[in-house]
Amino acid sequence: MSNDDQTPGVTPEEQPIAAELAGETPGAAVERDPLGVLPDAGTGAEPLDPTDEAFGRGEGVGTSKEVEGLSQGQIVWGRFIRHKGAMGGIITLAVVALLALSSMGLFGIRGWWRIQDYNASGNIVNGAAPTLTLFPFSLGEHPFGQDDIGRDNFSLVMKGIQTSLMVMVVLGLITLIIGVAVGALSGYYRGRTDTVLMRFTDLVITLPVIVIGAVLGRLINTLPAKLDWPYSATQVIRDNLPLLLAVVLGLVLWTGLARLVRSEFLTLREREFVDAARVAGASDWRIISKHILPNAVGVIIVNTTLTMSAAVVLEAALSFLGFGVKPPNVSLGLLISQYQGAFATRPWLFWWPGLFIILIALSINFIGDGLRDAFDPRTKKIPSQRQMDKAMAQIVPQGATEGGAK
Amino acid sequence: MTTLDKENSSGNHLQDAVRLSKTIGGPVNKGDVILRVRDLSVNFWVNGSWFTAAKGLTYDLKAGEVLAIVGESGSGKTQSAMSLIGLLPKNGRATGSAKLKDTELIGMTIGQLQHVRGNEISVIFQEPMTALNPVYTVGFQIVETLRTHFVMAPSAAKARAIDLMRLVEIPDPVDSFDKFPHQLSGGQRQRIMIAQALACDPKLLIADEPTTALDVTVQGEILKLMRELRERVTAAIILITHDMGVVADMADRIVVMKDGQVVEHGTSDDIFNRAQHPYTKQLLASVPHLGSATAEEELPHARLTLVAEGEQAGVPMPETTSTATPALLMDDVAIEYPKQGRRAAFRAANHINLRIDPGEVIGLVGESGSGKTTIGRAAVALLPVVEGRLIINGRDITNAKPSELKPFRKEVGIVFQDPGSSLNPRLPVGESIGEPIMLHLGLRGSELSKRVENLLDSVQLPRSMRNRYPHELSGGQRQRIGIARALALQPKLLIADEPTSALDVSVQARVLKLFQDLQAEYGFACMFISHDLAVVEMLSQRIAVMRHGYLVEVGPTKEIVSDPQHPYTKRLLAAVPVPDPAEQRRRRELRDAIIEQEQIVS
Repeated sequence: MSNDDQTPGVTPEEQPIAAELAGETPGAAVERDPLGVLPDAGTGAEPLDPTDEAFGRGEGVGTSKEVEGLSQGQIVWGRFIRHKGAMGGIITLAVVALLALSSMGLFGIRGWWRIQDYNASGNIVNGAAPTLTLFPFSLGEHPFGQDDIGRDNFSLVMKGIQTSLMVMVVLGLITLIIGVAVGALSGYYRGRTDTVLMRFTDLVITLPVIVIGAVLGRLINTLPAKLDWPYSATQVIRDNLPLLLAVVLGLVLWTGLARLVRSEFLTLREREFVDAARVAGASDWRIISKHILPNAVGVIIVNTTLTMSAAVVLEAALSFLGFGVKPPNVSLGLLISQYQGAFATRPWLFWWPGLFIILIALSINFIGDGLRDAFDPRTKKIPSQRQMDKAMAQIVPQGATEGGAK
Repeated sequence: MTTLDKENSSGNHLQDAVRLSKTIGGPVNKGDVILRVRDLSVNFWVNGSWFTAAKGLTYDLKAGEVLAIVGESGSGKTQSAMSLIGLLPKNGRATGSAKLKDTELIGMTIGQLQHVRGNEISVIFQEPMTALNPVYTVGFQIVETLRTHFVMAPSAAKARAIDLMRLVEIPDPVDSFDKFPHQLSGGQRQRIMIAQALACDPKLLIADEPTTALDVTVQGEILKLMRELRERVTAAIILITHDMGVVADMADRIVVMKDGQVVEHGTSDDIFNRAQHPYTKQLLASVPHLGSATAEEELPHARLTLVAEGEQAGVPMPETTSTATPALLMDDVAIEYPKQGRRAAFRAANHINLRIDPGEVIGLVGESGSGKTTIGRAAVALLPVVEGRLIINGRDITNAKPSELKPFRKEVGIVFQDPGSSLNPRLPVGESIGEPIMLHLGLRGSELSKRVENLLDSVQLPRSMRNRYPHELSGGQRQRIGIARALALQPKLLIADEPTSALDVSVQARVLKLFQDLQAEYGFACMFISHDLAVVEMLSQRIAVMRHGYLVEVGPTKEIVSDPQHPYTKRLLAAVPVPDPAEQRRRRELRDAIIEQEQIVS
C-alpha cells in the first residue's frame, strides 16, 4: 500500500532517527507532528506520545482518507476504472477495432476473413441478404449481405472501420501536437506571442471544414494532371487519400484544443508552485513541460478524445457529401453515401456502416466523459442511499443506549 | 414579536407585516432557553463507512447569550452547527436531538426547514464576497430574505432593509442599498451579511468564522458591532471560530472541540483561567500573545516614523552604522504589476526604503492590499522594480536580465502563503524540494536524495515522506516542505510571505518554532511578511509597517509594539484580540475609542 517500503533511500536506521527526533525534546510537545507518521506507515511499534491528546487530527480528515497513499495518477485511474460508461466504451471500441483489424489484416498481412479483396464482386447468395444468424451463431457466406454487383458487405464495412479508426487516430495526434504547442506558448508567454498565435487561431477557426474538404477533394483530382505528375505519384496520392484527409482535417481542427490549453495555462501560470519553480531557477522549458503541462493533462486528454469522436462523424459526413474518401478506398461514410439509393431495397448496406459509426463515436464519447469525471477533483461518488441507511442502522443502536437517538 | 431596535425612529416595519413562515415557540425574552442540544452527532459517509465528524454535543443556549464553539479545522465545529438547519452535504447525517423552543430540528423535512432557515435561525458566513450574490444589489438581497418570510410591500421591505443597514452602521444606507457587493469593502460586505441575517429577527444566529477573512482592523470594527448588537437583539449567538482572541472578546460560554468530541465546556472565565484538558491548554498556549516579548526598559529612539497620515511619501532610509553588505537594500523603490492587455500597469508600492542586515529578521506588517506581498515578490525578482535600486547581497538586480539572475536565485528563497498552491500537485514532495539543488548544483541520484533527506530531517519530517504527494499531507506538513525547499540552497535571504496564515493556531505555533530554530541554525536574513502583529513580534528584531503601498513606520520590534507613533500602527495594535478576557476588555475599550475617534474625524 505505502510506497515507503520500496524506497531505496530509506534504511532501517530511519526509525530510530525519527524516534530520536521526537524524543529529543520531551517537554516541547510542539515539536512533534501527530500526522508525521501516517497510520499505514507506522509499524505499530511506534510509542504513543503521552501528549498526543493535546493535538487535533488536522484539517480535511474526511476527504484525505479516500486518497491516502495514492499518487494523483492513481487517484484518476481509480476513478476512471469505476466509471461504468467509460469502461463500456473502452471494451466496445477494443472489440470493434480488433474485429476490423484481424478480419481484413493490415499492412499487407492477410486477415482471417475469406474475402480479402473488398472490391471484388462475387455471386449473389441468399438474394444478397445478410447470412448472419445468432441462434445458432453462424456467419454464413456473406454475414452483412452483398450489394447489387455481389461485393461482400462485411469486408467493405471492416475495411471502412479501419479507415475511420486511422483517420481518428492520425487526426487526434495532429490536433494534440499543434493544439498543445500553440496553446502552451500563447498561454505561458502571453503578450505579443499570445496575440499573434490567437489571431492565427481565429483565422483558422473561420475556415469552414466542409469547404476545405471540397476544395481539397477537387485539387487532388485535378492537380496531378495539370502539373503532369507521373502516374505512380497520382497512384500514391489516390491510395493514401484517407491519410491525407486526416492530416488536413487535423490541421484545421486543433483550434478548440489550443484555446482550452491556453486558458488552462493562463490559470496555472499564476499558481504559486510555478513561481516557486521560477525562484528555484527553472528555465521556461522546464516550467512548461514539468510543472504546467502535467497539471493541464486532464483538459488535454479529455478534449482530444472528444475531438476524435467528432472526427469519426466528420469523416463520415465529408465522405457522404463526396468530399472525403473516394473509391477505390472505402470508409463508413462513403459506404452510406454509395448505398443511399439502396435504402429501400437493400437496407443492410445502409444499416451496418451506420451502426459502426454510432458505436465508435459513442464509445469514444463515453471514454471522454469518463476521463473528464476522473480528472475533475470535484467529482465524488454519490453515496448509495441503501448502503448509507444500512451502515447507519448499525451505528444508531449503539448511540441509542445513550438515549439521544431520534 | 421581539423588537429589534428600539431607537429606530422610522418605526418597526416588521410590526405591520404578516409573517408567512411559521414562528416557533412564540416570543422570547432575554434569559429564556432557546436551543437545547442533546447528544448531537454528525457522521459522513466516506468510502463505505461512516466517519464521525462530531459526536455527542450537548449544550443549552439562552437568548442573548454567546456560545463559542472553538476548535481546529476538522474538529467538526462547523458541521455540528450547520446540522441544526439541515445544511449538511449529501453524504452527511445528523443524529441526536436539537430543540429550538421545543421544536425538534434534527430530522425536519425540507419544507419545514425552509420556515426555520433565515426566519428563526440565520447564518453569517465566513467569506462575505462568496456568500453574497454578485449579480444582485445588496439591498435586493436583504429585501429578498424579508419578503420570503413576510407578506410585505416592496417599499416597506426596502424601508426595513435600510433600517437594518443603519443598524449595522453602513455609511449612507440609502445610497448603499443600490450597490453591488463588489462596490463595498470587505468589512461592509460582512455588515450586509449581518444585516441580512438579522432581517427576520431570528432567535438564533450562527456566525461561522465571521471575521476570519477580514483584516485585523476591520475585524476589530465587526467585533465591536457584534458586541453592540448583542445588547440590542434578543437572539442567541453561536460563534464558531478558531481564534481564541475573538472568543475572549465575545463569548459567554465556550465549547472546545477536538476530533469531533467536546473536550471541555464551560464559562469563558473557566476556560481561559482554569482550563482542564491538555488540548485546551495547548490551544491557549499556541496563540501568539501580543506584547509577550515586550521589555520594560527604555530603548534608544532608533525609529523612523512618518507621523502625518495620508502623506504620499515613505520612511527615509535609516542611517546605517554597520559596514556589512546588507542582505537586502531597497533604495526608494517603486514596484509595478506590469501592464496586461488593456489593464494598465498597477503601482503597488512607492518610495520603499528598507535595509535588512545579514542574519536579521524583519517583520513586514500591514492589511491586505497594502503591498507587503508585492515587496516580497520583488525581492525574489518575480516582479519588476520600476524606480530606485534593489540590491540583494551586494548584487544590483534592478534591471537584471533573466540570464543574469541565475547566481542571484541561488542566494534567495521564498516560502509562499498557501501551502496548497505552492507545491506542484503532480510531483512527489521530494522532487519539489530537490528541484533547486538539481538546477543549481547539478546533483542527481543518490547525492540528491541524501540532500533531500537531510532537509526533511531539518524540518522534522520523516524521510519516507519524500515519495508522498502534496494532497496527502496536512497543511502544516506542506508548509514544512515549502520551508525545506526554500532552504535547499542555504540562501542568505529568505522571504516568508505569510507562511502561517493558512494554518491552524497550534500548527502555526509548531511551524513558527521550527522557523525560529532554523533561523538560528542557518543564520539567514529574513523578511517575514504577515498581517498578524503577534506573530511578527515573536520572530523579528525590527518591524516595518506598510499601508497603501507606503512604509509608514520602521523600528525595533519592542518600540513599535510598546510605543507606536503612527496612528495606523496604533490602530493595528489595538485591533489585535488577545486570548484573555480581562486583558481583552481593557484593549477593547481602547480599540473602540480609536474607532469612534476616527469616525468623528472622518
